[in-house]
Amino acid sequence: MDLNRSVTSLGAATLRMFGGLGGFSRFTADSFKAMGNVRTWLPLLAGQMRRLGVDSLPIALFLAAFTGIVLALQASYTFTGAIPLYFVGTLVEKTMVLELGPVLTGLALSGRIGANIAAELGTMRVSEQIDALETMAYDPVAYLVVPRVMAGFLMFPVIVVFANVVAIFFGLVTSVLLLHMSPQTFLRGARLFYRHFDLIYSIIKGFSFGFVITVIGCYQGFNTRGGAEGVGIATTRAVVIAGMLILVLDAFWAATILKQ
Amino acid sequence: MSIELRDIHKAFGPKRILRGLTLDVEEGETVSLVGFSGAGKSVTLKHINGLLRPDQGTVFVDGLEVPRLDRERLYALRLNIGYVFQFAALFDSMTVAENIEMGLLKKGGLSPAQMKDRIAESLALVDLTGFEHRLPAELSGGQRKRAGLARAIAYRPKYLLYDEPTSGLDPVTTTVIDRLIMRMKQELGVTSLVITHDMKSAYSISDRIAMLYEGRVVEVGTPDEIRNSSNDVVRSFVEGRPDLAHDAETPLP
Repeated sequence: MDLNRSVTSLGAATLRMFGGLGGFSRFTADSFKAMGNVRTWLPLLAGQMRRLGVDSLPIALFLAAFTGIVLALQASYTFTGAIPLYFVGTLVEKTMVLELGPVLTGLALSGRIGANIAAELGTMRVSEQIDALETMAYDPVAYLVVPRVMAGFLMFPVIVVFANVVAIFFGLVTSVLLLHMSPQTFLRGARLFYRHFDLIYSIIKGFSFGFVITVIGCYQGFNTRGGAEGVGIATTRAVVIAGMLILVLDAFWAATILKQ
Repeated sequence: MSIELRDIHKAFGPKRILRGLTLDVEEGETVSLVGFSGAGKSVTLKHINGLLRPDQGTVFVDGLEVPRLDRERLYALRLNIGYVFQFAALFDSMTVAENIEMGLLKKGGLSPAQMKDRIAESLALVDLTGFEHRLPAELSGGQRKRAGLARAIAYRPKYLLYDEPTSGLDPVTTTVIDRLIMRMKQELGVTSLVITHDMKSAYSISDRIAMLYEGRVVEVGTPDEIRNSSNDVVRSFVEGRPDLAHDAETPLP
């Protein structure tokens, strides 16, 4: 009896998962198709780039600044007496550009941007504002989804680059003020193993994380059901799923393009 | 120029909401669709402008078969159908004027000055002159409904679909909205389908009233015919007797 019930619930969960994946694939395909409707989304793009990109800079840079400080201090603590201190610069640069710049920014902004989009579109869904758009012959995907996803895709790499620069700068300032290194020593370390590909790798991650955060937020918002509770569920799902996908993508990029 | 709903069936999962609904709305006519809560009145309305597709049956508007229209032609048709939502569904990040402008921009053909005039004219029709720059959050329930109506009529649709336009309003505001619905017919000559469960409103605004029960229209008639109906379901509804109240949430046999 119990086995029967377990198999049934496993089957139902599997069906739900594939149903969800199917729905998400259709939504993503619709979003790509709606990109052809340039006259609808293009006028809204700049506003979304400012809202999702420029307005996210303060939190991203705050996070990057403190990450740079902590990385420098922890590196010096680890290296003391064994490894030359200029490696502090190497560690701060490599860690930020390859990993923490995109991933920490991604996780933080999945909270800010993903939750914001899911809550906004979810509220529009439950208050029939999305239906109202349709009744006035607006394609809601072109009007609401495409400008947000495009803005996330285009602005996220920019935020990541700024975060990398700010973290390295604060790592340098910390090294000078607290570790008594000269700026030249820090920069020597930072340049030591730097490769242009590191930055390209960071930017590729930025593009993919920006896309994932916005498209998941839009999908969850569009599929909100019920009232305030439904909006809450959609918002939570948007943050959790985007966070998980960022980590999966992070591993994927490391395994596929980060080769010697 | 009419609305024809032919044998519409619609289910959401195990819930069979519409089970063979057939209803015609003739040109220039105002028909009220009444029924118990959860009977599928709003679902019916959403089939007319293609927000929902029937599982079975079909819908004709202006001679066009709505479920078979491609996106481009469906959107063109939608600009001839104004939709007044139950809770107005105003875009809350936009002012009243910007809300109204959305439909005008989509329909096109107006200069910015003409658009401004049309917005003022639409707001005057619903007695909201001077409310252009208010946000929806700054309006009362009745004002929101009227702003929603102004948005729906601004682009001069041939058809108006009203989803519970008077629900939750005080009797005075209800009368104001009823008068507006009649004014739309007289001044703009629109064909209207009104969803309501307020019989007083239905009697005063309708040319005909249709009663929806168990997913079908069980009776259609003039207000007098409905008032004097011998159909048990209609009598139960009109007289407010709870004996036949049937929630669509309850699985039907």
